[in-house]
Amino acid sequence: MEYLLEVKNLTKRFGGLVAVNKVSMEIKEGEVVGLLGDNGAGKSTLIKMISGVHRPDEGQIFFKGKEVKIDSTRKALSIGIETLYQDLSLAENLNVYSNIFLGREKLKKILKFINVLDHDYMHKESKKVLDRLEIEIPSLRNRIRVLSGGQRQAVAISRSIYWDAKLLIMDEPTAALGVAEQKKVLELVLKLKSQGIGIIIISHQLYDVFSVADRLVIMRRGEKVGERNIKETNPDEVVSLIVGAEKVKQ
Amino acid sequence: MNTNKNLALNVTQNPSKLFSLLAKNWALFFLLILILIFSFTGKRFFQLANFQNIIHLSTTSLLLAAAETFVIITGGIDLSVGFMMGLSSVLSATIMQKMHAVNFLPALSISIGSIIALIVCIIAGLISGIMITKYRVPSFIATLGMGGIASGIALIMSEGFPVTFLPPYLTDIGNGYLIYIFPGKAISFFNKPEGITGKELKELIRIIPNSFIFIVIVLFILWHILKNTKFGQHTYAIGGSMVAAVRAGINTNRHLIIIYVLSSFLAGLAGVFNVFQTGIGNYTQFSSMYELLAIASVVIGGASLFGGKGRIIGSVIGVILISVIENGLQLSGVDPFYRFIAVGLILIAAIIIDQSFPDLF
Amino acid sequence: MDNITIKKNGLHELFLQLGNKWIFFFLLLEVIIFSIISPGFFSLNGIQTILNNSPSILLLGLAETFVIITGGIDLSVGFVMGFSSVVSAKLIVTFVGLGMNDALSIIIGIVITICIGIIPGFLNGILIGRYKVPALIATFSMLGITHGISELLIEGSAAKNLPALAGKIGNGSLINMVPGKTVSFFISPTIQRGEHLIEILPNMFVIAFIFVIFFAFILKSTKFGQHTYAIGGNIDAAIRAGIDVKNHIIKIYMLSSLFATIAGIIYMLRFVTGKADSGVMFLLDSIVAVVIGGASFYGGFGSVWKTVIGCFIILVLENGLRMLGFPTFYKLVLVGVILIFAVLVDQFSPELLHKED
Repeated sequence: MEYLLEVKNLTKRFGGLVAVNKVSMEIKEGEVVGLLGDNGAGKSTLIKMISGVHRPDEGQIFFKGKEVKIDSTRKALSIGIETLYQDLSLAENLNVYSNIFLGREKLKKILKFINVLDHDYMHKESKKVLDRLEIEIPSLRNRIRVLSGGQRQAVAISRSIYWDAKLLIMDEPTAALGVAEQKKVLELVLKLKSQGIGIIIISHQLYDVFSVADRLVIMRRGEKVGERNIKETNPDEVVSLIVGAEKVKQ
Repeated sequence: MNTNKNLALNVTQNPSKLFSLLAKNWALFFLLILILIFSFTGKRFFQLANFQNIIHLSTTSLLLAAAETFVIITGGIDLSVGFMMGLSSVLSATIMQKMHAVNFLPALSISIGSIIALIVCIIAGLISGIMITKYRVPSFIATLGMGGIASGIALIMSEGFPVTFLPPYLTDIGNGYLIYIFPGKAISFFNKPEGITGKELKELIRIIPNSFIFIVIVLFILWHILKNTKFGQHTYAIGGSMVAAVRAGINTNRHLIIIYVLSSFLAGLAGVFNVFQTGIGNYTQFSSMYELLAIASVVIGGASLFGGKGRIIGSVIGVILISVIENGLQLSGVDPFYRFIAVGLILIAAIIIDQSFPDLF
Repeated sequence: MDNITIKKNGLHELFLQLGNKWIFFFLLLEVIIFSIISPGFFSLNGIQTILNNSPSILLLGLAETFVIITGGIDLSVGFVMGFSSVVSAKLIVTFVGLGMNDALSIIIGIVITICIGIIPGFLNGILIGRYKVPALIATFSMLGITHGISELLIEGSAAKNLPALAGKIGNGSLINMVPGKTVSFFISPTIQRGEHLIEILPNMFVIAFIFVIFFAFILKSTKFGQHTYAIGGNIDAAIRAGIDVKNHIIKIYMLSSLFATIAGIIYMLRFVTGKADSGVMFLLDSIVAVVIGGASFYGGFGSVWKTVIGCFIILVLENGLRMLGFPTFYKLVLVGVILIFAVLVDQFSPELLHKED
């Protein structure tokens, strides 16, 4: 079957430091892949290359079978790769629907030639996507700063979905949340998966990853040190891969 | 962030010691080069008398820059220092004037005037500090407001004129020198040798202005506090990471209040000293922008407005650099207005150098 | 609404009740008090004086509104204003000297000044947006540079010998009437002794206000405005959302310089001279007006109309105190107090203020 995303031998150096060394991985539609590794293992650099923040020094990226050059975040967004950062990339001073449309505001013309923001349209469309994902937020005119962590996470996810994400990269989606909210976010991940979206999750919380992921990719010191189907592994083995406690056959 | 890291790595990997030394102390080297240039272009620039003059005229700027150094290291800013200096100058002068008018001893009226002015400044700093810490008003605004209030009060008290008719001896102290030498004839300390008048005055050699002694003592104390004490260490800690400082058990609110009190106090000291130097009370004009020049000096001296960085010695070099430019341009016969442009350009250079070599400082 | 709990006590409650509407009431209260205690304040002349004085602070306030919403500050506006008053005066005098007619000299002089006047903003924007120089430092540097250049241009005095037409435009009103005799537009008629000229809406106020209306609209209703708020709210979010933040910041500081330039040209027309320090007094006032209007120095908040109210709070105070015979010094103290009060209100009721937009 054709992969949604396939990266081959991606390498990134910062000065003399090799942050990511010849890493290959792939993901299918409707698949959840956990990307694991200790701090400094190169996970963030890897996803930043996929999302267009960094340009790889070597290697190729294929999206739906075609090779793509992702040289900017805009480019990544345009082909359907959306990234949710730990701090969620929401402007706290703006309201829910303004954030969903941030950078891609819907405009309408008044007096036939002046472009203005089309608040009604943005409000209506945002409502639709929130309903589709069964997310409850009291009012879409609420500014983000009055929302809870889980609600913010949900807004960030809805934004990606609205903009037709094919691949969603989530950086520590549950890190800052309470237990109940963590559960809701994980349910949301499963819902997205069922709608055919590929998801890469970076997380330190093994429990979370094990509860939603199909497959795990483990990195250590810039290299991929293992790949496991979730059903064929256990947390102990994964931890030992992360810390490099034993040599593992590739 | 990553580009910074990138650069830093490059630099540390190819260590060119001379280069990094130059970049680290560029302000000092630039100062030396300027002094060299002005020695050729400026009439009477490279003379003891002129250097003493530069220091003498920089006294108040040095105090304000020292005040700003503490505040900026904590990641704040104090826009009130210039006006606080004006308030202190006018207030102390007014009290001295009133007491002198009813025949108090000069020493008494001078000390009471100075002390009350300093106390008022301390109170103002206390209010700024409380607003900034307890009510979380951004320091920029709290001190802007306090500066407006201080300038208004100074103007109301002085009615927009210098405060005059002050007790005698003020300028003798403020403009005096430690050593007077009348070549081959007399030497005296603090006061001119007796019986010298007219033409002979021109031959009198004056060494080490009192203002120099005063500022060296104050700066030494401040340098010591910042460099060698727990208080100084905490100041850097707060600027580096407020959260970390709180977690480490530092009473950050109390510390910041003390910082703003110190800042106001030093500004007040500058105002009082201004009275000693000029013999009158001067309010601060709006176009003088003392606070901005002080901030500029501190930044030229290597501090970061994001906090956590800065040194007293750096700030001193910053102030002297600006003073030397003003003085040197003037003595070289260059239009004085070029100094505004020069300060602007140096400031931009300072920031760009600072950001290009983040790990050096 | 219910999920937010706000601790309530006396003072807190008061601030909450005042909410973000206190500035309206404050302005109203000011007008009422001065109308009662100061005869002649609430008269055509009194209002006219306020409107006459308003263009500089309105335009600089507009400049700071945009800049402060992005989380920056522009200290250079005052001297960019002075700079452009000098440049425009110099240009016009030169053109007239070359034998061009007055009206044409003024128009061409103004157009060229606008082109030159946005250069400081462009440089500010490059330094701040591209080289990440803190706005305070970059704009202070530009303050020094523009100050120096304008002083050099006029060699320390003021630019003089402008054509009289400049003053007529600058001091005219939209409608000028001598009751029962003449009505003229834009330029006041020459009046005889004993005649009373009624002027309605000074030209320069009208121009400043057109800018205010237009850019209030830009900020509130367009993509450009939305991105301005987004950058101030979370610059990383703005970058990740694909907004070209560097260019946007350059544009913001160019706008800021543009407004300052217009203020400088208006000064030149009103006082028929160019002065390097003509804008010094307005820097502080304009920043205060923006803060009174509820903007935060951390960025993301602020609105043109609230800034306008902030401006008028200061203007009314200034004029009222002057009519009562107080020296302008008192204004400084009161403005400082109002500034601090404004920020305290904001601190006490952030949730209420910022819940919905």
